[in-house]
Amino acid sequence: MAAATQSPPPPADGIRGPPLLEVVGLVKHFPIKSGLFGRAGAIVRAVDGVSFAVEAGETLGIVGESGCGKSTTARLIMNLIAPDRGTIRFSGKPVGTTALSLKAYRAQVQMVFQDSYASLNPRMTIEDSIAYGPMVHGIAASDAVRRARRLLDRVGLDPRRFAGRYPHELSGGQRQRVNIARALALEPKVLLLDEAVSALDKSVEAQVLNLLLDLKDEFGLTYIFISHDLEVVRFMASRVMVMYLGLVAEIGPTEALYAGSRHPYTQALLGSLLSMDPDRRTEKAPLAGDPPNPIDPPAGCRFHTRCAFAEAVCSARVPAPRPTRAGYEVACHMADQDSGHSRAEGSAA
Amino acid sequence: MRPSAEPILAIAGLTVTFTGGAKPVRALDGVDLTLGRGEVVALLGESGSGKSVTLRSVLRLHPQKTTRIQGSIRVDGIDVMALRGRALTDLRGRTASMVFQEPMLALDPVYTVGRQITEAILQHEAISTAEAHARALDLFERVRIPSPARRLAAYPHEMSGGMRQRAMIALALSSRPKILLADEPTTALDATVQVQILLLLRELQRELGLSVIFVTHDISVAVEVADRIAVMYAGRIVEIGTVRDVIRAPRHPYTIGLLSTRAHGGRLTGKRLPAIPGSPPDLANLPPGCAFAPRCALVLDRCRSAAPDAEPLGPGHLVRCWRSADTAGGSAAVPLSSEQRI
Repeated sequence: MAAATQSPPPPADGIRGPPLLEVVGLVKHFPIKSGLFGRAGAIVRAVDGVSFAVEAGETLGIVGESGCGKSTTARLIMNLIAPDRGTIRFSGKPVGTTALSLKAYRAQVQMVFQDSYASLNPRMTIEDSIAYGPMVHGIAASDAVRRARRLLDRVGLDPRRFAGRYPHELSGGQRQRVNIARALALEPKVLLLDEAVSALDKSVEAQVLNLLLDLKDEFGLTYIFISHDLEVVRFMASRVMVMYLGLVAEIGPTEALYAGSRHPYTQALLGSLLSMDPDRRTEKAPLAGDPPNPIDPPAGCRFHTRCAFAEAVCSARVPAPRPTRAGYEVACHMADQDSGHSRAEGSAA
Repeated sequence: MRPSAEPILAIAGLTVTFTGGAKPVRALDGVDLTLGRGEVVALLGESGSGKSVTLRSVLRLHPQKTTRIQGSIRVDGIDVMALRGRALTDLRGRTASMVFQEPMLALDPVYTVGRQITEAILQHEAISTAEAHARALDLFERVRIPSPARRLAAYPHEMSGGMRQRAMIALALSSRPKILLADEPTTALDATVQVQILLLLRELQRELGLSVIFVTHDISVAVEVADRIAVMYAGRIVEIGTVRDVIRAPRHPYTIGLLSTRAHGGRLTGKRLPAIPGSPPDLANLPPGCAFAPRCALVLDRCRSAAPDAEPLGPGHLVRCWRSADTAGGSAAVPLSSEQRI
């Protein structure tokens, strides 16, 4: 069934077609209902104008702290919630239109959540959980079960031992393998991994990261990898997008971003990484205080309240993401020579 | 560590079994641990390793009916296991107090944080409410809460995560404890906030001369705060030593594995990580020998039949491993599997 709506194969290297997944001007505000503790009219600006593209075969990492909008972005991409504004295009086709139905799109883009237990039906064997999606999409039950068993084997769980088990009989790492197998059951092109390894113990996390790398090669997958863990993102991602309070702060190739980030917020995030060296302990926290509340975020650049380089322009105008070099964008007045910021790149000052 | 002084906390042969479920769960098995005065020891381990159980045992927080405890715990020379009634209440708070991972759950949502702190102070000291309030204000300044007077009147839900954890620390310090028990106090915090809280705890520890047990699953956090690290696995301390010993010359295959399996510094981007195979054991069905044996690259028959005792490798560096003579080479000596099947 999915084959009927399949897009043409991606263009060969060098010829750039539309990106595999493109998000344009995504906005999602959550009004806070007035009630007993009502703050009538308050709005959580969870995602406030986010645009980015994901190319076939890459891993885009999304990092940021709580309230930055990374999980809302994930839910918007999956269409689990409807955006207030903005569009999502898959292989150039707008999602949820006659060109690409939501059902066909969802077969192409699948998600793995942080909580491996909550995302499985406790009353279904894991084999049935994996086979369920394909059956909904019109695959015969026997074929779906065969596919489930093949995938279980592929994610490192022997189907003879595991197929008939229930989620509570598995460890966290095993359950997350099941969730990955289930996400792959519809043969998607994109996997959206939202803190997918964050709840796992470190010794198990490495196994699952390795598995994800292998599966990506084997099935030609594209990943969107959301995490608060900068080390893990650095390991997984080819490009990284840093979000702050509902906006993109910086996006660029992983090593360029980790080695020479241009946004003061990214620099502070990276500066918060602990050294693992008892002789070089952190002596000063890069930032004071917590991230502000996404209800009524600061005017102008949302980071200006915590930024060491903030000037008048920063509280007056929102910096637009602008390209600083190929494939690299920074939303900071210091990266814009015409912004009027005294430290702006190439400014007369 | 001041070897001359008696340690403020001495745990010996602590074995804790929970009997409330269908099968008894042996959460701790023969834990020996001392904490020197003014010392910070990190208990490092994964879920189920026994690190939080150890911490809670010190305050006797386990339900009496469904917990079987053997071994001894002495705090400042007092036998904790023998305490009853008022003496036990005094231990909790006045001698040792705890900072939890989730301040939102530890603080009472229906009282202001200021009221909770003054109440705690009045519980332990015979002073006036006004004096207690002044102390609370002083504590809020100590933990660097901006506009402290205003924040004392706030309810927990009105504070941000980092601010709540500062308030929790103020509450824990309000009874002037000698020992601070910190149970993953920065795990729920964002990275930029975690650093602030770690620096605050380090500063308070130095200023107040606190003795601290710091429970964490994150090695880098342990390195940041601790003098010594005790690595726990399946209810036992499998390796203990100074931070430098444990980080730079780890000798237990589990510690070695944990250190080399980290995606760290981008050195391995996109390549497969060395991984410890398998999963942590089920505490209700522990193997008879070393609990790490099923996942260990150096396993021998002996490892499966008998658990090794703690063996000293250097001053204060102990490891529980039959193969400790062969692990000096670190990750080169203990190859990690890249096997996918589990």
